[in-house]
Amino acid sequence: MDIPYTVLPRRDTGLYNAKLGIWLFLASEVMLFGALFSAYILLRVGSYPGVWPHGILNVPVGTLNTMVLICSSVTVVLAWAALKANDFAKYRKIQLVTVLCALAFVCIKSYEYYDKFTHYEVVMKDGRVIDGHLVRKEGGGQVVNGRKQPPEFIVLHGVEFPAEMKAAGMAKIPLLEAIEKKSGHHAEHKEFRVAWSDTTRVQNYGPWHNTYLAIYFTLTALHALHVIGGAAVIFWIWGPGAAMWKTDPERYTNRVEVSGLFWHFVDLVWIFLFPILYLL
Amino acid sequence: MTDQNAHHGNHGIKGYLLVFFGLIIGTIITVAAWKVHLPTLFLTVLVALIIATVKASMVAAWFMHLANEQRMIYAILGLTFFFFLGMMLLTVWAYGDAPKIHLP
Amino acid sequence: MSHQAPAQSHAAHAHDSHHGGGHHDAGFWRTYIFSTDHKVIGIQYGVTSLLFLFFGFALMLAMRWQIAYPGKPMPVVGALLEGVLGPIAAGGVMTPDLYNTFGAMHGTIMVFLGVVPLGFAAFGNYLVPLQIGAIDMAFPRINMASFWSFLIGGMVMFVSFFIPGGAAQGGWTSYSPLATSIPTDGQTWWILAMVLIITSSLLGSVNFIATVIQLRAPGMTWMRMPFFTWAQFVTAFILLLAFPPLEAAAVMQLMDKVFHASFYLPTGLLIGGQLADISGGGSPLLWQHLFWFLAHPEVYVLILPAIGMVGEILANNTRKPLFGYRSLVYSVLAVGFISFIVWAHHMYLTGMGTRISTFFQTTTLIISIPSVIILTCLFLSLWGGSIRFNSAMLFALAFLPMFGIGGLTGLPLGFNFSDLLLHDSYYVIAHFHYVVAPGTIFALFAGVYFWFPKMSGRKMNEWLGKIHFAGSFVFMNLVFFPMFAQGVAGMSRRMSDGGVSYMLNDMTADVLGRLPKEVVEANIGISTAAFLLGVAQIPFIINFFWSIFRGEKVTSNNPWDATTLEWQTPTPPPHGNFDKPIKVYRGPYEYSVPGAARDYLPQNEPNRS
Repeated sequence: MDIPYTVLPRRDTGLYNAKLGIWLFLASEVMLFGALFSAYILLRVGSYPGVWPHGILNVPVGTLNTMVLICSSVTVVLAWAALKANDFAKYRKIQLVTVLCALAFVCIKSYEYYDKFTHYEVVMKDGRVIDGHLVRKEGGGQVVNGRKQPPEFIVLHGVEFPAEMKAAGMAKIPLLEAIEKKSGHHAEHKEFRVAWSDTTRVQNYGPWHNTYLAIYFTLTALHALHVIGGAAVIFWIWGPGAAMWKTDPERYTNRVEVSGLFWHFVDLVWIFLFPILYLL
Repeated sequence: MTDQNAHHGNHGIKGYLLVFFGLIIGTIITVAAWKVHLPTLFLTVLVALIIATVKASMVAAWFMHLANEQRMIYAILGLTFFFFLGMMLLTVWAYGDAPKIHLP
Repeated sequence: MSHQAPAQSHAAHAHDSHHGGGHHDAGFWRTYIFSTDHKVIGIQYGVTSLLFLFFGFALMLAMRWQIAYPGKPMPVVGALLEGVLGPIAAGGVMTPDLYNTFGAMHGTIMVFLGVVPLGFAAFGNYLVPLQIGAIDMAFPRINMASFWSFLIGGMVMFVSFFIPGGAAQGGWTSYSPLATSIPTDGQTWWILAMVLIITSSLLGSVNFIATVIQLRAPGMTWMRMPFFTWAQFVTAFILLLAFPPLEAAAVMQLMDKVFHASFYLPTGLLIGGQLADISGGGSPLLWQHLFWFLAHPEVYVLILPAIGMVGEILANNTRKPLFGYRSLVYSVLAVGFISFIVWAHHMYLTGMGTRISTFFQTTTLIISIPSVIILTCLFLSLWGGSIRFNSAMLFALAFLPMFGIGGLTGLPLGFNFSDLLLHDSYYVIAHFHYVVAPGTIFALFAGVYFWFPKMSGRKMNEWLGKIHFAGSFVFMNLVFFPMFAQGVAGMSRRMSDGGVSYMLNDMTADVLGRLPKEVVEANIGISTAAFLLGVAQIPFIINFFWSIFRGEKVTSNNPWDATTLEWQTPTPPPHGNFDKPIKVYRGPYEYSVPGAARDYLPQNEPNRS
């Protein structure tokens, strides 16, 4: 009384159940990411001219991450091919690289997130805007009435824009080159020590900072969840689930294939995410 | 199953490695095209998306074996792709067709 | 319920049930609670969704009181609500905030936790594997995960009533910026619950499609599949492909709500007269597009399983094949396909351009063609039949005109010029409730009466069933028909006082935008009918529980003399469903075949050679 076609393909469809299942799941994933891509397009097309930011992200790091993901994609298919050729030891070695690549991807992504969360835009009471990375906080931090007090000083390493640029509505445009081109002002990178009491607004580059960062964080976080989930499944099949290779090798190979299909999809999404978020 | 095994033998592995190098080269071209600053934004977007689509097709066709898949999968993906395009294009069209409001 | 099986008189059948009862080894928890058996999961879905339907109905009754007698304390339940929910129901009076909460949650619960789980998940889980001759769903454990994800989602939705500030208040459509800027956490809970429910329906739909494609019994070709299974198959595709965009939209609304992003919040947004502290640059229309990309196909998710059930019940009780089986199948496929490209007809009033309006108006009217074909085929199936008027058939018959009214009154809403007048009025309420309440819910009742003997081994009481039908039919129409008139007279939906503040008391100079007194006072009649509609459900509740334990036992596995495979199993079907290998020889509706010995030929009965 077993469910048929869990291992061998059904004759008229040529598919085993899990393969059809994963493709159906991927179809819904296409619609999920498709909706977010549509949102990206709509928000970008709908933004006021010149407001959509460019150049916030670190392209070399993003390129490195793309390479890492491409590597994992080829290893996952090579691992499956090794299993097909009955070479379990080779599969073990290659698939380990996949999992390590996934780990590396998540680490690099975390570094990028950290970089954004320590990147501040500070609006001073006199209208100047200081944009830079947090070096340290000084003072403050004690809890009063259940609320953590802000620091007395924050030290940033970055650039300063004069007040008149904010008045022209340009302080929200983080693309340094654009600002410099427009104003002829050449911003110099240096350290600023800012008293909290002199500021009107201190905000880091989280999803709340602008709509571009909002869609960046949403898309990449959702993608990263897929990476983590996919890697967890691949790792489980590689490690604890590997006993099945002894009892039911064909089904085991199918599992590797199906998890691999999911992994390729995750790679495929990133192939689009990288240019639209980092480069365009 | 035996013929399938033969199909994914050494020949298959060579193919996978070729696709791998293709993807790496595609990534390099994308970044290079971004570096040289093409004259218009439209051109930049076009080049980046064309390369991305080529790379994605390579992953789908070889790594995911879509080049040689069952009809049922094609049918499901065709349907999905149609609705995906419908969602994206109709939304953008609806946006573009909206009467423009001129703020003072 | 399979523990009742050995009590059956049928010897072979008792043996098989016992055989299937080998599953009992798994213990009570794995058999009835964490079961992977599609039938148990179907019943779990059924019970849960019936409870949610009842709960959603109760919310509506409280709202109807407020609409009829605005500002007056609610009798009986007023004190209870004040005790449970606190100041939002001060003095037992429904405050506007509470009205908004109940309104939003009535819609959400009825659609996502009531009708869809009952029609698609409960009946689908129980019947689809049986109808195609499979022993279970393709992925039983994913099936279980689907139910538990649904249940947890439902719990989150329910618990959100009791958090500070109460549940979501932004309407079931949750339009941003309104939904985002209401300063309570209800909307966050709503989103989290929706993500769980969407996950559940995703897992369910993958399972249904894979099951229908992979696990059809030998001989069960596509064109031999029962119409209900076809409807479920198309519904599963709609859920699979239309729900993810709402998930994406919900994630973005969560980002807005929790992380103060501005996906749906435009630059310069004022909240309570203050410039909101947001980065801006978002688009409120983005939410509407993504929401309706799901929510319009969702209408077909509500109606298609119902149509499928009506088809089965009509064929069985007219003792005739369905008229135009192929036309029905192709029409259902066409409806499913076109339903993806009509969504923006909900947005004519958002200032859409004329060209895009025309496009959506055209597709909307095109989708009415296959819908009309379906309804016409079902009507024509009655022609020349010798109809058995049992409770199931009465509900199925009532479905036809009710769905017809609901569908035809949708046409003025599909044309953008008439929609501009009727948008967000009670006319819209009446229209979609005619489709879903007297439409889908009648079909679901028909399904309960029809398949109850297979699920429990006992028939429901016919006499109580007919009382239930008569009461439901009369009061359903008394509730919803006057709303058409109210809507055309200009009464807006979502008003917590039922339009009193717009009532025209005397012929003043300021008549424009005012409602005639009679229109507002009709609320009292409607609310009374709604209350009586609730009373009319009492026979059903009694009947349901009484019949489980005391109902008339069925004497055969096929009490309705039906042809489809779910009736060729032991009653109730054991784990693994069939006691013999199933092979299919014929189409699903071979009733009254000339020259045959009986007036029905089951699908698995071999041809005489």
